[in-house]
Amino acid sequence: MKRLVQLFEEIDTTTSTKAKVTALATYFQTAPPRDAVWTLYYFLGRKQKRLVKRKTIQTAVQELSELPDWLFEQSYTAVGDLAETIALLTESIGHKVFSDVPLHVWIEERLPFLSKQNEDEQKIILKNWWRELSTEEVFILTKLITGGFRSGVSVRLVVRGLVEAFQWDEAILSEKLIGEWPVTEDWFLGLGSAEREGLSLYPYPFFLASPVDGEAEALGPIQDFAVEWKWDGIRSQIVKREGQVAIWSRGEELISQSFPELLTLGKELADGTVLDGEILAFAEGKVKAFADLQKRLQRKKVSEKMVKENPVVFLAFDCLQANSVDLRDQPLGERRRILDSIVKDMNHPTLQSSTLILLESWDELLTLRGESRSRGVEGMMLKRLSSVYQMGRKKGDWWKWKIDPMTLDAVMLYAQAGHGKRANLYTDYTFGLWKDGQIVPFAKAYSGLSNEEIGKLDTWIRKNTLEKFGPVRSVKPLKVFEIAFEGIQLSPRHKSGIAVRFPRILRERLDKKPEDADSLATAMELMHAPTVDA
Amino acid sequence: MSPYQPRIPLISVTPRGLYCPRGDFYIDPWEGVDTALITHAHSDHAREGSQLYHISEQSLGIIQRRLGAEGQYITHSYSQSFTLGDVLISFHPAGHILGSAQIRMECEGEVWVVSGDYKRDYDPTCAAFEVVPCDVFITESTFGLPIFVWKGIEEETEAIYRWWKKNQEVGKNSMLACYALGKSQRVLHALAAFTDQPVLLHGATQVLVDLYREQGVPLIATQPATDYGKDMTGQLILAPPGAIGSTWSRKFGPYETGFASGWMRIRGNRRRKAYDQGFVISDHADWPALLQTVRECGAKKIYVTHGYTDDLSRFLCELGHDAEPLETLFAREEDG
Ligand SMILES: [Zn+2]
Ligand SMILES: [Zn+2]
Repeated sequence: MKRLVQLFEEIDTTTSTKAKVTALATYFQTAPPRDAVWTLYYFLGRKQKRLVKRKTIQTAVQELSELPDWLFEQSYTAVGDLAETIALLTESIGHKVFSDVPLHVWIEERLPFLSKQNEDEQKIILKNWWRELSTEEVFILTKLITGGFRSGVSVRLVVRGLVEAFQWDEAILSEKLIGEWPVTEDWFLGLGSAEREGLSLYPYPFFLASPVDGEAEALGPIQDFAVEWKWDGIRSQIVKREGQVAIWSRGEELISQSFPELLTLGKELADGTVLDGEILAFAEGKVKAFADLQKRLQRKKVSEKMVKENPVVFLAFDCLQANSVDLRDQPLGERRRILDSIVKDMNHPTLQSSTLILLESWDELLTLRGESRSRGVEGMMLKRLSSVYQMGRKKGDWWKWKIDPMTLDAVMLYAQAGHGKRANLYTDYTFGLWKDGQIVPFAKAYSGLSNEEIGKLDTWIRKNTLEKFGPVRSVKPLKVFEIAFEGIQLSPRHKSGIAVRFPRILRERLDKKPEDADSLATAMELMHAPTVDA
Repeated sequence: MSPYQPRIPLISVTPRGLYCPRGDFYIDPWEGVDTALITHAHSDHAREGSQLYHISEQSLGIIQRRLGAEGQYITHSYSQSFTLGDVLISFHPAGHILGSAQIRMECEGEVWVVSGDYKRDYDPTCAAFEVVPCDVFITESTFGLPIFVWKGIEEETEAIYRWWKKNQEVGKNSMLACYALGKSQRVLHALAAFTDQPVLLHGATQVLVDLYREQGVPLIATQPATDYGKDMTGQLILAPPGAIGSTWSRKFGPYETGFASGWMRIRGNRRRKAYDQGFVISDHADWPALLQTVRECGAKKIYVTHGYTDDLSRFLCELGHDAEPLETLFAREEDG
């Protein structure tokens, strides 16, 4: 446990990416594998459910420090975080006898035992544990107990830490970390091997397009590229292996349950097939608004009625595996040929393949791009026909060329009450982007949401307030919104270093977690992107 | 417990600050008055513009530095009594910073004490807090919530030292934000247990460090930050919070930032203020110390000011004390 706490503190107290990676590497090198695998589990954002009621933990700490309810609440308000409040309040316990129980014992033995006890016993156990632990340890432990642990580093950094620690192959490692895996010592030690068995339903790491940087012509001859419309949907992979189907979102979350008709579709695919594409809301031959799709994501279980009222299609644009052969090293042109034949043979109503547009000149592309808005697409995708399927956002082969407005996915940080009629509603929001593992504010937006959405958000803000400063509240950085704006420029006056023109909210991105929000670096890239409407 | 009615309203709250009608003087007034008694030299307590200042002996140098040497100052050593009007007055150590004082006032057998800012923690750079028995105690409550519990200064100073060394290893300077008066000197004294490497000081801190040295407070070796050269790396630099991130600090890059303050007890504060590292070092009483002090001074009436006034006074009442926020007193005064 102490090692994990030390790692957490080291990461928490530096803004240097390099220092964070080093801290991770040192941890993984020195921690026993049986503990390290749990740290990995939590650092990748896997969560276990809450084991003990908040009220039980709160009462235990109040009994121990003899605090009335109201004073606990006042303390909580000042701190803004439940686990931290609990930890700080346990500090005054006298006569601590520190011990260092290994992390895996905590997670595999102590916590399950705790969750099985009745409330009174849970309180006794908690009080005893607190006597063994430093404030920092109580903080982490409470986060684990309440299911609220957040490492504060991206999956990418964790992977870099492991690579630095053991010189493992980054590509294989990234792939193995996707999806469900057994939290065991053996599995952890096997991460370094090149074998990939037992990964039957995992998707491949997604290859992501980069925004076009500067003049599109500079990318080379247009004949080298396949051009596609960029639709507004949920990027996902359908994986069919050993008779089973899984549907994964770009955030490597399993979303099969939200799309039963795609599971049905997947069942009809041949074993050993992986398709990459976009899930789109689709009715009467037309792509519908993203909001319709969102309704599906919000449900754990989707009813038949829901499926009927909000139909979807899978618009496939790539085939990563066919006949159990990994195709990722094949050129895009070849993968498309295979994809097209699969789609044609299936002839299934919920499976389409994206239209490939082959062009002779950049002028043609500019003309087409001008139609984007009327076609209801976000812009164009440019994919080099010779490109292999890479991992993550690698520049060079896949480009997205969005039409204005420019958009970024940002995390809500602050909310402010409105004026006049809306004075008792939180209607003005500040959004942030990632920078060096922190989210820094970059834009304020006032408009773009419906009254109903504002109302719901208002309730959420009140429940998730970290701190109040007059009319402003800071909120837990959990919600991601797509922010549109007309222009972007450098601005030393702003903390983020950039200023955007006419920022507004396009929609909430329920499909994205805060970790998936854009970074300041992406914003910087936008600055150089062409802003023309051809 | 029935509420205690002070026999004499020795102190009232006025728009200019705490006022003692029987002695016709103010304590830490917010604007210029005829006679001001000053608890300590921090700028929110010692303000310019008054005709005459009564201050503790040890704070003379600092107050002259801050308010000008030409003002009229009468200095008092701790525990030595003097009279203003009907009131017998004495200054007693508050343990907050060099020269900080609680002010004891006695009139017709009733004793009031104004704590000013105080702490009970070990601090060899100033005289230790003295419990002054009284009938009415006006206490500060800057950190009046149970989440504020301080660790020892040694532990936190060791953390500063380790942080400094760690940054040194990767060729970075360590920029530590510390209030120039009190906090800086306390840290500089405690650092001597870990190293004799000199610490670089911002000009504003330097001036006050010199004043502490003149009074014989032993501090680790220091150097003005203006001595900093490109060939120096891995330095510890102490500067007031406002200076960090300003153009002044640019030449010391690359550096990591830290902040030594009681507010650093809460992670969110550190993050919002964008410091890399927080060190929980405060010159104010923590929650246990506030409760202990109220208990030990034996006051029948507690007025709570300066901070979490509502929370501390409510909790004191639940413990059986007669306590109320000082603002209430203010409101009552206005009502007549
Ligand atoms: Zn002070
Ligand atoms: Zn003060």
